[in-house]
Order: sequence, then structure tokens, then C-alpha cells
Amino acid sequence: MYDFLVAPFVEFSFMQCALAGSLMLSLSSCPVGVFLMLRRMSLAGDAMAHAILPGAAVGFLLYGLEIIPMTVGGLIAGVVVAVGAGAVSRFTVQKEDASMAAFYLISLALGVMIVSLRGSSVDLMHVLFGTVLALNDEALRLIASITAVTLLTLAVFWRALVAECLDPLFLRSVSRLGTPVHFVFLGLVVLNLVGGFQALGTLLSVGLMMLPAAAARFWTNRVWTMCLLALAIGIASCIAGLLMSYHAALPSGPAIILSAGVAYLFSTVAGPRGVLRARIRHRRHRTA
Amino acid sequence: MAQAALTFRDLTLGYHDHPAVHHLSGAVKRGSLTAVVGANGCGKSTLMKGIVGVLKPMAGESIKVEGARVAYLPQQSELDRSFPARVVDLVSMGLWPKRGLLGRHTADDRAAVARALSAVGLEGFEKRTLDTLSGGQLQRALFARVLVQDAEIILLDEPFNAIDSRTVTDLVALIKRWHGEERTVLVVVHDLDLVREHFPETLLLARRPVAWGPTAEALTAENLLKARRFDEAWHDDAPWCEPEGHAEHSHDGHAAHGHAGHSHSHHEHHDHGPRAA
Repeated sequence: MYDFLVAPFVEFSFMQCALAGSLMLSLSSCPVGVFLMLRRMSLAGDAMAHAILPGAAVGFLLYGLEIIPMTVGGLIAGVVVAVGAGAVSRFTVQKEDASMAAFYLISLALGVMIVSLRGSSVDLMHVLFGTVLALNDEALRLIASITAVTLLTLAVFWRALVAECLDPLFLRSVSRLGTPVHFVFLGLVVLNLVGGFQALGTLLSVGLMMLPAAAARFWTNRVWTMCLLALAIGIASCIAGLLMSYHAALPSGPAIILSAGVAYLFSTVAGPRGVLRARIRHRRHRTA
Repeated sequence: MAQAALTFRDLTLGYHDHPAVHHLSGAVKRGSLTAVVGANGCGKSTLMKGIVGVLKPMAGESIKVEGARVAYLPQQSELDRSFPARVVDLVSMGLWPKRGLLGRHTADDRAAVARALSAVGLEGFEKRTLDTLSGGQLQRALFARVLVQDAEIILLDEPFNAIDSRTVTDLVALIKRWHGEERTVLVVVHDLDLVREHFPETLLLARRPVAWGPTAEALTAENLLKARRFDEAWHDDAPWCEPEGHAEHSHDGHAAHGHAGHSHSHHEHHDHGPRAA
């Protein structure tokens, strides 16, 4: 058991880095995923993941496979798309799903075009799917910074985020934070997707954000506990995925996301708010 | 004259270049209880949004007395009932004006929330999630949130829609309690019998004010007929409104009772705005 579960993380520094990176990512992106889901913006996370591609690609085009230029590029592209789509939805008749789709499609096409100008399909695969087993100190420092910023921002804006989800008009009636908090939140989404793409790639980083959050929804009805549960599922998925990757020589990113996928499917069936509970006919009922 | 809690100066609110409230001037007396009455689309909800500031004026302004807090209960459509929140969480949102983004909720705050829940008859509902509440129970919870807000100006937008008579009775009692505490209360209501029975003042809207004053004087058959003739449709070919000369559509919350109808008649003979269409 020790050899299977613990030894890989003790004996190999690349596994330690991968574990540290993925755990920090879980700590940061799982609560963001909970709010993304509660704001009914789950697919917006996916769109944003596509949107950061051209920025990362420009960084890659100019500096090769270097973490900082690709991250900064991804961040800029993500912010442009988030602010653009958010502004169109807030200030025009168009809803956010449509504006987000429009912006991310333009961004994605641009990204693929840029990557194709230089580099092989192997490079493109790296950008799209990441390499958690190749996280270096620089990448870990970046992820640690993003985690710290995210947790601090969530702590400060928690009340406003909850109010914006539950009753946005009420928040606007008592505070001017309604619109700013929306953009702060979109910023957090971009930041976490960018933080995740070195480890999981632009496309899979949204998986660690959304799948634990979506799974947690079936177990609890409190936002706070939902965040904690999503975090626990995220951490368990990272550990399980890394072990699967190590022992079965599987690609690490997909292994982590598939582990989270299994947690989601299990929760869908077995959670107190899942399919089974909803389908089982209760023969007893209370008098009031 | 009593001090005005709210003052409208040539206020025009609307959407996509079309006014929903058109050149409203006048004042709402401090401590008054006013029913806002009119057909669908006549600008009642728009006026509420304009007062609270979530809709910016196209022209003119809405001014509230300095330092006054406003509690606003909108129609329920923007509340996400599937959100994982309990009744006590919803009511605690009313502490925002007092505690803001970061202020800690104290034992006194929690006691205030408990008192508010008790006042609306929702003792024992604290831990119920919003998706398990009936329409009436949710409305009581939202009234409890207004109670917790402890505001000087209270705006309620159609609070009695789809609410059973017992709940309406309880909520009206709460509104009258606020009135007794000299808070300024504006309520959008459709039930004219309810208005006549419980609301001392009425603003009858049809985009412009048809009448504004003591309820018995505002809700005359003649005024109601005028309001019924109101055409809520927008006209794309309506001429652009010229800015000058709208001051006569005004109401002084104290002195001009009984003149609002006249004011409107005056307007009808000299219509110079976009079609009152």
C-alpha cells in the first residue's frame, strides 16, 4: 500500500512538484468553480479556457515554451475576452452566453492560427493539454501566487459574490459593487485557468474547476460546505490522477480530470440530491 | 410643509429612447404611505428602479433626502430560488447597509434577523432552503429582509402578487407599522380596494402622473378612466421630446393635493412630448 500510494511522492521530486502544483490549483480553482456553477456560467469557464489560447500562443510564438510569457499572454487574452464579453452582456441587449461564445470563438481561431505559424503538433498538444509532471519551481511559484490572490479575493468579496448570485438586483440596490464584483470574479476565472494551463493545458484546466464543483452540488446545500467539498474532491482527484499516471504510464492531466469525472458521476448517482434519491419512492412521510 | 423624503425633478426614465416614466415632478412627503397605481407598462416598476438608482434617468433627477437609506423589494423574478441559501441567509442580506462587504455580523445582528423572522411569522423557518418555500413564505422572508434593512425609505414593487389573503393581511399590517414609525413607504399595488382601505396617498401613473394626492381624490372615476385610456405601446415614429415646458406636470406632496388631475388635463391640451402613446 505504501509503495502504491506514498512512495511515488516520496521518491520522485517531479511527483512532489506535480502534487504541490495540483493541490494548490485545487485550493484555488475549486471554490471559483463553485461560484461559476452557481452563477450558471459553467460553460463560460470552458469558453474562457479556449479564450486564453491565443495569448499563450503569442507568448509561445515569441519565446518558445516558456512559462512566464505564455502565462502573461494567456492572462491578457483572457482579460480582454472576459471584459469584452462581460461588457457586451452588461451594457447591451445580448446575454453573456452569446457574447462569451462570440469572443471565445474569435480568440480560439486566432490562437490556432498563431500556433500553426510556428511549432509542431507536439507543441500545440502541450499548450492544449499541459504537462503537470514537468512543473518547475517557476511554475510552482506562479501557481502559489495565483492561489494566494484567489483565496484573498474570495475572502474579501465572498458576501458580494453570494449576493450577486442570489439576488443581483438587491445587491445593486444597496451597493455599487454589483458590476465590479462580476468583473473581479471573471478575473479570478481567467487567473485560475491561466494558472492551470501549465499543469493541465488550456482545455483541461477548466475540468479541475468545474467537475469537483458540479459533484459537490449533489451533496450539500450550503455554499461554504460546497466549496470545502469541491476542494476535497479536487485534491482526491489530483492524487488519484497522479498515481494512475505514475503506475499505468497514462497522461497525467487527463488522468486527474477523469478522476474528477468519476467523482462527478458517482455523486450524480449516489449524492443526497442525485438521481437515486430523486427516483426512490418514499413509502413513509411525515404528518406536517 | 413636511420635509420631502423623495423629490422628482422632471424625471424621465425609460428604455431604448422610449420613456416609461415621462417628466415626473413632485415630492413624496417624509413619513407618507403612498400606493403607486396604474396599468401594466405605465411605469410603476420603472419608477421604483429609478428611485433606487438601478436605472439611470434619461432626463431629470430623483433625489432622496440626504443620508436616507432605501430598502427596495423588487418583483421576485431576479431572485434565484435554486441558489443554495437558507431563509436566514436571505434575511441576513438585509444587514448589508449596516455591515457592508466585510463587517462582521454580531450577536445583535443575528437577534435582529430572528426578530424580523418572528415579525413576519416565519419562526422555525430559519434553516429552510429557498426552493422549499411557498410564494407567500418567500414574500414574508423578503419582508423580513426589508425589516432588517431598517431603512427610512421603503419601496415595494407588487408585493401582493399571487399571495393569499391571510399573508396579504399580515404584510399590510407590517406596512402600516412602518408607516406608524414614520418611514416613507411607496408600494406598487393593483388592488384598488386595498389601496382605498389602507393607503392614505396614491400616485396614479400612466407614464405621466394622472393624479397624485390623497387616495380619495386621486382614485376618482374620471382619473381612473384617464389612466385606462393609457396606451402602453411604444411608437417608433413618435417625435423626439423637446426639453422645455414640462414643469407643469408636477405634484407638491403637501400643497398641490387635488391639482394633479388638473395638471394632467392641462397636459392633455398641450401635449408637446413624445406621444403619450
